[in-house]
Amino acid sequence: MSGLYFHIPFCRQACTYCDFHFSTRRQQQPAMVAAIRQELQQRAPTGPTGQMKSIYLGGGTPSLLSLSQLESLLQAAQANFSVDPAAEITLEANPDDLSLPYLKQLRQLGVNRLSIGLQSFDDSHLQLMNRAHNARQSRQCLEWIRAAGFDNFTVDLIYGMPRQSPKHWEGQLAALAPFKPPHFSAYALTVEPRTVLAHQVARGTLPAPEEETVAAHFDYLQQWAAAQGYEHYELSNLALPGCRAVHNSAYWQGQPYLGLGPGAHSFDGKQRYANVASNPRYLKAIQEGQPTGTSEWLRPEDHLNEYLMTRLRLDEGFAWADLTERFGSRWAQFVRREAQKHLKAGRFQEAAGRLFIPAAWRFHSDGLAAELFALQPTA
Amino acid sequence: MNKMDTLRNFCIIAHIDHGKSTLADRLLENTKTISDREKKDQLLDDMDLERERGITIKSHAIQMLHDQDGVEYTFNLIDTPGHVDFSYEVSRAIAACEGALLIVDAAQGIQAQTISNLYLALEHDLEIIPVLNKIDLPSAQPEEVTDQIIDLIGCKKEDIILASAKEGKGVADILSAIVHRIPAPEGHAEAPLQAMVFDSIFNPYRGIEVLFRVFNGHIKQGQKVRFMNTGHTYEAEELGVLKLKQDKQEAVYAGNVGYLTSGIKEAKEVKVGDTITAVENPADKAIGGFEDVKPMVFAGIFPVDTDEYEELRNAIEKLQLNDASLTFEPESSAALGFGFRCGFLGMLHMEIIQERLEREFKMSVITTVPNVSYHAYLKSDPEKLVLVTNPTEFPEPSELDHIKEPYIRAQIITKADFVGPVMNLCIEKRGDLKNQVYLTSERVELTFDMPLAEIVFDFYDRLKSLSRGYASFDYTPMDYRETDMVKVDVLINGDQVDALSALIHRSNAYDIGKKICSKLKELIPRQQFMIALQAAIGAKVIARETLSALRKDVTAKCYGGDISRKRKLLEKQKAGKKKMRQVGNVEIPQKAFLAVLQLND
Ligand SMILES: Nc1nc2c(ncn2[C@@H]2O[C@H](COP(=O)(O)OP(=O)(O)O)[C@@H](O)[C@H]2O)c(=O)[nH]1
Ligand code: SF4
Ligand SMILES: [Mg+2]
Repeated sequence: MSGLYFHIPFCRQACTYCDFHFSTRRQQQPAMVAAIRQELQQRAPTGPTGQMKSIYLGGGTPSLLSLSQLESLLQAAQANFSVDPAAEITLEANPDDLSLPYLKQLRQLGVNRLSIGLQSFDDSHLQLMNRAHNARQSRQCLEWIRAAGFDNFTVDLIYGMPRQSPKHWEGQLAALAPFKPPHFSAYALTVEPRTVLAHQVARGTLPAPEEETVAAHFDYLQQWAAAQGYEHYELSNLALPGCRAVHNSAYWQGQPYLGLGPGAHSFDGKQRYANVASNPRYLKAIQEGQPTGTSEWLRPEDHLNEYLMTRLRLDEGFAWADLTERFGSRWAQFVRREAQKHLKAGRFQEAAGRLFIPAAWRFHSDGLAAELFALQPTA
Repeated sequence: MNKMDTLRNFCIIAHIDHGKSTLADRLLENTKTISDREKKDQLLDDMDLERERGITIKSHAIQMLHDQDGVEYTFNLIDTPGHVDFSYEVSRAIAACEGALLIVDAAQGIQAQTISNLYLALEHDLEIIPVLNKIDLPSAQPEEVTDQIIDLIGCKKEDIILASAKEGKGVADILSAIVHRIPAPEGHAEAPLQAMVFDSIFNPYRGIEVLFRVFNGHIKQGQKVRFMNTGHTYEAEELGVLKLKQDKQEAVYAGNVGYLTSGIKEAKEVKVGDTITAVENPADKAIGGFEDVKPMVFAGIFPVDTDEYEELRNAIEKLQLNDASLTFEPESSAALGFGFRCGFLGMLHMEIIQERLEREFKMSVITTVPNVSYHAYLKSDPEKLVLVTNPTEFPEPSELDHIKEPYIRAQIITKADFVGPVMNLCIEKRGDLKNQVYLTSERVELTFDMPLAEIVFDFYDRLKSLSRGYASFDYTPMDYRETDMVKVDVLINGDQVDALSALIHRSNAYDIGKKICSKLKELIPRQQFMIALQAAIGAKVIARETLSALRKDVTAKCYGGDISRKRKLLEKQKAGKKKMRQVGNVEIPQKAFLAVLQLND
C-alpha cells in the first residue's frame, strides 16, 4: 500500500502564516509540470511497488493548474504505476479558483476528493491572513462542490487567530455545520519562523496567539466534533465514520509514499528523501539529470520515535502488539517503562491492548510522545 | 661544600597575559636548559586546562645554569600560580625566593594583579627587577608605563629593563640583572635542616613529589625527615633538583630548591608552607608563615543521575589525590539526593574542579549555589565558633548571637571614565572604599574592603561589562567581620528545595529573593501543571512568581516533510529533559540550581 504526492509550488498570493514551499511567480508553471512528469518517469522504476492507493495533488495551490496540466500529471501517474481503481485522488483547491464547470471537469479527470483551503468564514480573518478569497466564496464553493457531485471532500479551518475569542471560533464551526463536510481539518494557527506573521508578531503589530485561548478552542473543537458525530481521529483531522483521509493516513501509519515536485518528501519505509525546496534549483536538477534532493537513513531509534510521534497524534494511539512486532520486545518494554509515570497521572490511557492519549491531554501529544522516545547515547 | 654564592632563586610576577610564560620560555632557551627539540610553547603550563585558559593554575619550579662572565650560576625559577584563588601558594613560592622579575606589559601598563603580587613580594623583602615587556608592540607606551613603574616601586628609570619576550630582546640584560641584583641566598649548610614546602605535585606512579626550598642545613637521600607542622615523618626515598626533568642528587643543600619523594600517596598529607627538618638533630623551630589553607567557597556537587553517587565519590577522591586544597564530605539533600559538599579555594578553583569532573571523569553533575564560610556564634556559647559552610547548617535566627563573614581587600584598576560605575558596583556589593589613586590622569587604582561573598555572586561579569573590559581586578583575603546574614529559602509548589537555599545579607534579601523567583521562572520550563515559585525567610514569604501550566505542546501539522524535522526537535527536547532533576514532580534544569549567580543577566 502506498501513496503518490505531487507538490505544485505556486500560489496566487502569499498567506501570512504559510511556510510551505511555493512561489507567486508563475511563468514557470508549464515547465514545472513537465519537470514533475519527468521526475515521475525517472523515479518510477525505483519507486514504490504494488498498488497506489492514493494520489494527492497538494501545494502550493494545485487548483491554479489548468485542467490539461492536471490531466497530464494524472495520466503520467496511471501510465507509470498500477493505480487502484478505487484509489483516493485528492486535489487541494482554494475557493477563489473554483467554479461549477471547473469542478465538474475535475470529476471527469478522475479527481474524487477535494481539500478546500477555506480557513475561515470571516472576511476580517481572511484578510488578516492575506487569503485570496472572501467569506462569500467560502460558502459558495461548498455549495458548488456538492452540486458538482463531490460527496468526498475536506475543508481546512484555522483557529487560534490573534484576538480570536472562543465565541468567534464557535461561530466558525457553526458556520461549517450546515455543509456537513465528511471530513475537515482544524489547525491551530502557528507562528512559523520567516513568515510575514512571525514578522508581525515580532514587531508587535499582531499579538501572538494566546496559548490559554488556543487550548480552549481545541477543547471546544473536541466537544463539538463529538456532538456532531465526527471522529477526531488525528490531532487536527476529523471525519465522519468511514470518511478518513486515505492519503494523509499513510503519513501517520508509516506507510511508503513517493513525493514529486520541489520540496516534496518521500519515504520508502527505510529512508526519507527530501526534494530541494526551490523552483529554479529543482528545474535545473531535472534538466541536468542531477538528483533532486537528499536522503536520510533512519536508525532503529528514529523509526521508533517517528512511530510514537505519529501514532500518538491518533485517537487510537498504537497497539502494544504492533509496537512489539515492529521493534521487538526490548524496545516495547523500554517504552512501557517510560510511559509508566504518565499512565499513573492519566496522561496516557490503555484499553484493549492499546496505548493512547485521552482527550484531556491530546493538546500535549508531542511532549508526551517525546517522553517515550529512545535516544542515541550521543543525542 | 657551599655553592650559595652562585645560586639565585627568583620568581616572575605579572598580571595575566603580560608575558610571564613567554619570558620564562626565553630564559630556558637562553640558558640552554631546553633544546630546540624540546621546545613547546609555554613549557611551564602543562595541565591541559592551564594551556586552554592561558593561566598557570599550579606552580612549578625549574633550574637553569647560566654563565655570566665566566662564572657558572645556578638559577631556580619558581613559577607562581596566576590566580588569587591560589594566593597562599603564591605567597609560599615568593617566600622561597630572594628576588622577583616584575613584568609589566608596555601597552597595558600596570594592572591589578601586578600590584597585588608586587605587595606580596615586597612583604617578603624580595629584590624587584622591573621588566617592561612587549616593547615591540606598536601600541606600547614605554614612557608612560615607565613612569607608572617608577611611581609604584620607587626605582630609578635605569633599573627598568626594556624587553620583548616574544622577540628575545632584553633577555641577556635580565639574566645579568638576576646575577648582579638578586642577592645570593643566606643560610648555613651545617645548621639543622630547615626546608620549606612550596608546592606538591601528584605523580600517579611515585605518589606525591614535594617541592621545597632549603633554608638551612641539607637534606640527604635516605634521611629520616619530619614535617614539622603535620608531624609526619618519612624517609627521603629520592631527592634531587628540578631541571627540565628531575635530576637525582645525593643531597640538596642550603639555598637550593629541590624535590623529594617518599611514597606519600595523597596530596592532602603534605601542606604547603610546612617545614621539613631532620628527625636526628632537628631544627628547634619551623619557618614562619605556615597556614593551613582553608577552602573559601563551598558548594554542593550532586550527580545528575542519582545512580552515579559512588562514581562521583571515586572521581572526587581521585581529584583530591593531586589537589590538596579540594575538600569534600558527603551531603544529602532532600531535593538532589546524595552528593558532596565541596570546599574550594575560590570560584576559579570551583570551575576547574567542575570541568575536570566533566572532562576527565565524564561525570554529569549539578553544582549548587556556592557560598563562603561563615563564623557563627550562638547565644548558648557566644565564645565558640560554629563554622557554617552550607545554608542548611545556618542556625535558627533566634539562637544566633552574632555571625561573621570573610572580607577581602580588592584592587581595581580602571580608566578614569569608569570610576563612577565601578564605585557604584562596589558599594552595591557592600564594599568600603579605602583608597583611590590616580596612576596617571587616565588610570585609577581603587582599593575596597569587600565581603568575599559578594565576589562570588556575579561580580566579575558585571565589572567587566560596566567597564567595557577596561578594569583589572585582584584581591587578597583579609579577616572575618560581623555581619547580618539571613537564609533565603526557595519553595517550589510549596515544598522547600534545600538545594536552592542561599545565605544573603539582610539588606539584599528582598531584592534577591525577588530576582531568584523571576530567574527561576525563566530557567524552569513550563510543565503540564502550574508551578508556584516562592522565596521565603523562615516562614515569611518575601517573593513569589507563578509559572503557568503548559497548555499546548503539539504542532498543528504533521505530514510528509514535517515528520523527520519534528522528530529531531522532540529528540533534542527529551535529551534536555534527561539532564533535568526531578524535585517533587517538577523538572528542574541543572542551571536553575545556579540561578542565584545569574540574577543580573
Ligand atoms: N608582542 C608581544 N607579545 C608578547 C610578548 N610577550 C608575550 N607576548 C604575548 O602575550 C600573550 C600572553 O603571554 P603569556 O606569556 O602567556 O602571558 P602570562 O599570562 O603572563 O603567562 C601571548 O599571546 C604572548 O605571545 C612580547 O614581548 N611582545
Ligand atoms: S494558498 Fe496555501 S500554500 Fe499558498 S500561501 Fe496560502 S496557505 Fe500557503
Ligand atoms: Mg602563563
